[in-house]
Amino acid sequence: MDPDPKKSKFLPSNLLNSNGSSHPQSLFPDEVLEKVLSLIDSHKDRNSVSLVCKDWYNAERWTRSNLFIGNCYSVSPEIVARRFPKIKSVRLKGKPRFSDFDMLPRDWGANVHSWLVMFAKAYPFLEELRLKRMTVSDQSMELLAKSFPHFRALSLSSCDGFTDDGLKAITTHCGNLTELDIRDSVTVDVGGGWLSCFPEDFSSLEILNFSSLNSEVSFEALEKLVSRCRSLRVLKVNESITLDQLQRLLVHAPLLTELGTGSFLQELTPRQYEDIESAFGNSKNLQVLSGLWDATSFYLPVLYGACSGLTFLNLSDAVLQSGELAKLLAHCPNLRRLWVIDTVEDKGLEAVGSSCPLLEELRVFPVDPYDLDHRHGVSEMGFLAVSRGCRKLRYVLYFCRRMTNAAVVTIVQNCPDFTHFRLCIMNPRQPDYLTNETMDEAFGAVAKTCTKLRRLSVSGLLTDTTFEYIGKYAKNLETLSVAFAGSSDRGMQCVLEGCPKLRKLEIRDCPFGNAALLSGLKKYEMMRSLWMSSCNLTMKGCRLLAREMPRLNVEVIKDKGSDEIQADKVYVYRSVAGPRQDAPPVVLTL
Amino acid sequence: MGMSKETELELGLGLSLGNSGGGGGVGVVGKGKGSAWGEYGRILTAKDFPNGFSSGRSGNGGGTKRERAAAAADCVDEGSASAAVSQVVGWPPIRAYRMNTLFNQSKTTSNADQQDKGVGGDENNENSKKKINHGNDERGHLGFVKVNMDGLPIGRKVDLNAHKSYETLAKTLEEMFFKPSLTTRGGKEQPIQPPKLLDGSSEFVLTYEDKEGDWMLVGDVPWGMFLNTVKRLRIMRTSEANGLAPKFQEKSEKQKGKPI
Repeated sequence: MDPDPKKSKFLPSNLLNSNGSSHPQSLFPDEVLEKVLSLIDSHKDRNSVSLVCKDWYNAERWTRSNLFIGNCYSVSPEIVARRFPKIKSVRLKGKPRFSDFDMLPRDWGANVHSWLVMFAKAYPFLEELRLKRMTVSDQSMELLAKSFPHFRALSLSSCDGFTDDGLKAITTHCGNLTELDIRDSVTVDVGGGWLSCFPEDFSSLEILNFSSLNSEVSFEALEKLVSRCRSLRVLKVNESITLDQLQRLLVHAPLLTELGTGSFLQELTPRQYEDIESAFGNSKNLQVLSGLWDATSFYLPVLYGACSGLTFLNLSDAVLQSGELAKLLAHCPNLRRLWVIDTVEDKGLEAVGSSCPLLEELRVFPVDPYDLDHRHGVSEMGFLAVSRGCRKLRYVLYFCRRMTNAAVVTIVQNCPDFTHFRLCIMNPRQPDYLTNETMDEAFGAVAKTCTKLRRLSVSGLLTDTTFEYIGKYAKNLETLSVAFAGSSDRGMQCVLEGCPKLRKLEIRDCPFGNAALLSGLKKYEMMRSLWMSSCNLTMKGCRLLAREMPRLNVEVIKDKGSDEIQADKVYVYRSVAGPRQDAPPVVLTL
Repeated sequence: MGMSKETELELGLGLSLGNSGGGGGVGVVGKGKGSAWGEYGRILTAKDFPNGFSSGRSGNGGGTKRERAAAAADCVDEGSASAAVSQVVGWPPIRAYRMNTLFNQSKTTSNADQQDKGVGGDENNENSKKKINHGNDERGHLGFVKVNMDGLPIGRKVDLNAHKSYETLAKTLEEMFFKPSLTTRGGKEQPIQPPKLLDGSSEFVLTYEDKEGDWMLVGDVPWGMFLNTVKRLRIMRTSEANGLAPKFQEKSEKQKGKPI
């Protein structure tokens, strides 16, 4: 749509809008409409608003300041710049989620640079940039650091491509920085020198998270920084920071609401132990706690004083046993979110059930994904115990080695409000370990009972029946992840035909072929993306899809050594930008 | 598994190593991949590797990692025993970052000693593939170890899983600590040519602390054994490596005697 020049319409006599039809809304002067619309934050609402009529489209585009793009290839920087003139904050997502598990080739794409070049021209007043699964080079960081005088917040989640040099540019030049948040970053060892590059008088930082960078930083520089930044409320350090160093930081920042500790293992003198204990005791505002590498039963008690207000406890870096967890949780009655490692076992999860009645989210990660030490982690018993004590549970991510249909049925009866149900039975195609049946009934129960379900990950031995259930009952489902499941094309078809709100579908190692792929022709334009790898797709099927649906990008990545016919990895997404120009040679755009 | 290429390697070392995958790490083992192993068990000097390696958990997606995974899958198919789960790329769906940390921790905090496993699997998806590639299956000390250099206040970490041999490790460390472009590290003036940490010709030597708390010269024991016992690394001034000197001299004599 061509941008209309901004017109001022004071006189209600202008009853006809530019479409030539009479419309009551055109009685509003632009200023009023814009004022009202500027109060709308949700991008989904704004997208709806923009569809009402041309006036509303224009008013909306002039008042949008937050830009959210869920797939950086669905639109081009130029199109965005033309449509939205006043963007101050950007959220961009790049690679498909399976890139987290090394399923994409290097240099696949999602490089932010071309976006930054456009932002530098079109949005010189840019303040915030939040990226997920994108490649950010040092050059891009330098461009970012030097192009936006009002820049305040940089958040990088699962990003790669940068080194110490890029971060140095940010810390050196962004004088108004309030937020630097780097998480789950997949990168080569990034040195720690960037922290020392904040200017001596820099004091605006409110959020600092470098927990996923694994190099030492200068503690001296960190301590000075923390003591200067009086508004610091989120501090997440990396493992190189010791307990006694942490204590000194806490003393400088008693108002922290979120803390990520460093290593929790250190030989402390009794005096030091007391000091750290009292530092935690003084941290009355703590709501979120993470880090805790190497925490043991000896040192965990120093935390207790800070736990009463905790709502989110992230123990996913702390290898704890059930007893240690139980003792800790006894001090955390207000917990809403808990992440743990499966060394706590079912017994530890029983403690969760009994200590955390307000719990809404639980994630259990395996310490040993390949089970080489033959540990057993958690089972259906632990999950059951949590469901009995935590009736408000709505988000679960659960890695286990055994599960039963009966347990899952009971669990969702106890907790029918699940919005996110991600169950990963780690051995592919594993049946119900008691009855040896498929796990169809388990996921059928989830689909049927959890009417608010938005995200589902299935696992275990599953036939098409599971997908029939999902298609039939999961009417609010937006994201579905499937691996090693299904018996025929019909499975995938049921989902494509049945789930009206489906946006993201990711499938690997399933017997779904071209017929299944093509059954979703009409659907894919209403979705963000489809990923299928190691299924039964062929190049022919993919080419057909690409030909039929010109507004979809169909990208195929062939594995080494595979034949001419197989389409090993297929990524399909809607786009108004056409096929992308930056795909590496190994990615074929059809 | 690539061992047959050893003799070729001894001659063509400088040429064939280092460029495979363009910085994606150590070259791939395997059927006709065209990349080479580091010398297995023989210590080389930095000058043999003009183009160097990159270290760490290069998680930039990973064309080379995928290649390694594919190679590993091939090797596994050739009959190495391994658990079903560890054969599959990207499964279980755990972020590489998280897997490194978790598994490494459980090894350092649990009382059980590190066990040797037939599978040689690993916390990292991509690294598990490399482990399966290994002829010997010693698991060794997994993940990142700290590296400190005399004179530098800030240490680094290096991912031992990204290496299959001393040479690649030495090269990585040389690049990390002696890179000409790094002039600000500790204010040292860096030499243009990275010094050789392993052959005693530079001002620094590479040492490590083992499980028993002793400081040893790197390169004395087979790589797999080294992995099993190393706790952390230190780039020490040669002048300070006195206590280690006898071994050191023995070693360089041994080296001279080794067929090349």
